[in-house]
Amino acid sequence: MSVIVAENISKKYIIDHQRKTGSSSLRDIVSDKVDKLFRRPGRNGFAEKEEFWALQDVNFSIDQGDRIGIVGHNGAGKSTLLKIMSRITEPTTGQIKIDGRIASLLEVGTGFHPELTGRENIFLNGAILGMSKGEIRQSFDAIVDFAGVEKFLDTPVKRYSSGMYVRLGFAIAAHLNPEILIVDEVLAVGDTEFQKKCLGKMRDVSESGRTLLFVSHNLTAIQALCNKSFYFEKGRLIDQGETTHIVTNYLSKVSHKSLEKHWDNIEAAPGNDQVRVKSFKLFPEYQDDLTHIDVRTPINFQFEFWNLVEGASLNLSMHLYTFTGECIFNVGTAAENFSKGIVRGTCEIPGNFLNDGSYVVSMMIVKDTSTVLYNMEEALVFDIEDYRENVTWYGKWPGYIRPQLNFSIRQSEHVVND
Amino acid sequence: MATQHSITIKAGGSEKDYWKDLWLNRQLLWILSKRDISVRYKQTLLGVAWSVLRPLMTMTVMVFVYSYVAKLKADPGVPYPLMVLVGLTIWTFFANTFTQISNSILINHNLVSKVYFPRLLMPMSSIAVGFVDFLITFGIYLLVTAFFQYPISWQIIFLPCFVLLTFITSMGFGLFFAVLNVRFRDIGQLIPFMVQVGMYVCPVAYSSSLVQGTWYEKYYNLNPLVGIIDGFRWCLLGSKSYFNPQSLYSTVITSSIILVISVIYFRKKENTFVDHI
Repeated sequence: MSVIVAENISKKYIIDHQRKTGSSSLRDIVSDKVDKLFRRPGRNGFAEKEEFWALQDVNFSIDQGDRIGIVGHNGAGKSTLLKIMSRITEPTTGQIKIDGRIASLLEVGTGFHPELTGRENIFLNGAILGMSKGEIRQSFDAIVDFAGVEKFLDTPVKRYSSGMYVRLGFAIAAHLNPEILIVDEVLAVGDTEFQKKCLGKMRDVSESGRTLLFVSHNLTAIQALCNKSFYFEKGRLIDQGETTHIVTNYLSKVSHKSLEKHWDNIEAAPGNDQVRVKSFKLFPEYQDDLTHIDVRTPINFQFEFWNLVEGASLNLSMHLYTFTGECIFNVGTAAENFSKGIVRGTCEIPGNFLNDGSYVVSMMIVKDTSTVLYNMEEALVFDIEDYRENVTWYGKWPGYIRPQLNFSIRQSEHVVND
Repeated sequence: MATQHSITIKAGGSEKDYWKDLWLNRQLLWILSKRDISVRYKQTLLGVAWSVLRPLMTMTVMVFVYSYVAKLKADPGVPYPLMVLVGLTIWTFFANTFTQISNSILINHNLVSKVYFPRLLMPMSSIAVGFVDFLITFGIYLLVTAFFQYPISWQIIFLPCFVLLTFITSMGFGLFFAVLNVRFRDIGQLIPFMVQVGMYVCPVAYSSSLVQGTWYEKYYNLNPLVGIIDGFRWCLLGSKSYFNPQSLYSTVITSSIILVISVIYFRKKENTFVDHI
């Protein structure tokens, strides 16, 4: 039985290139109108406004008990769809029919007021999410217990750590009892321990036959929780079906960000009068017919540059950063003397070494092991996707690296019962 | 957020169950109001003292300026400070609720962009703080009356009607500006200015008997606040205070019309608030 049927959903936004905020000022409107009144035929006053379709002709139906994962790049329309389904904004055209009590969780701790205590905020947030006072009172102890904030119940939440804040927010939402639950990227926060709890709770929801819609960039979580998935691109629903199929399809399109940079013309190449960069390429050794990099994939780097000074003593130094800018490692080659011409450096990052995530590489050409001749910052960017075998844990794997170390356990002594 | 069992979401589809939804969410209205009140008194050092001090200080300044400097007269038999204090009490109530309603959507933008509930709840809950302040000022007024040993008249029983009328009027104007405020941010700067001008246009510091018999009296009475303020004085200060019933009729008619129009306007725009925030 279909509980959600969407027909031709489209959502249009008008982008105003002149202004930076969504709202316009009265002054702008007035001057616009005056402009239009006196506009000379040749002048085009509309050029600054542009229509943008955040969603276009989206059709789908969702059966009761379906757990739908929604994947797509940023700006693909996922959040717009959730907003329309949660009735926060309305579609420009089309309609959605929904049967059943629906709750949406687009953020944890919606409406929390920093000045109010944890206790007051539980009632406030619960009411905002649509729980009745009785329902909140009934699950109050369970909420406090789940969030682990007993001691701070009468402290204003502005004094909470960000972890406590998020835990309390999720705990309240987790005790909602809707027939249809819509969840946006809320699991990207909190520590590992807590993420585990959240995913466990969402599993309960999905196993109890309720309908779930889940947007996340954590594909492992989507694969673990959802039986079907939607793939959005540029506002269109371009693929839907079994989660495994959709996720593979999605990944093959994602991971070719900027794996290669090269310059054929030495004059245009970045550098200076001593060295110029020719190319920087990344060659993944894809596993099992995959076309994306996952944690198992060994990655080869090849860096080429023109050396313009005869007999220069040069070496390369490579930094690998996380997307948020922390340095994971820095490796360097030994220095050598080179004659004029092209110099090539290669490096391999083995498989089963880096954790999943986005990484940034920068390359430095160093002279006499001390002077930086040229630093190519953020030269390449690549993503590593998750891959797991024989584990039942779906949250974000912690850490920047995920090496396979010689780590084993065995029984070292038996207790003999008499 | 929980809703009824079957809904259809479509463009311009303000469902027919809107008012029922509003009723179902009355608990949320209560909780939001409580939130505003407790936040207001938690944040400030002096808390309730502010609500007491503000009207008292304004009254003192006004009495000095208008009565001693400008030599304005109260209606015969009514002490000038009392007349000003009554005017201030009801005017401040209107000004506060009007300002709070106008800003209610923007202040709650984090809710507007994350959860659904009938948006009318926000302006409605924002009245609460103004009402509590009003009760405090009213308490002060009673103390001051005792000090002046001015008798309380029987007309005080009509007081709730005028409070209700003030609600209606501030809601009517406020809803309209709440919508404009979301769409055009410069409205936010216009509101305090309007309140300031309004205080002079309305008979707060003077008696509207001064307008009596002038050519502009009938236009003056179109202002719904004139009927409210004069009526309020009539309730508290008795028949010695000037009250032209005509201004009351116009208050009832104008306020109701404005309220209906602005509720329709608000309903039409509320589903797209989030696109402008």
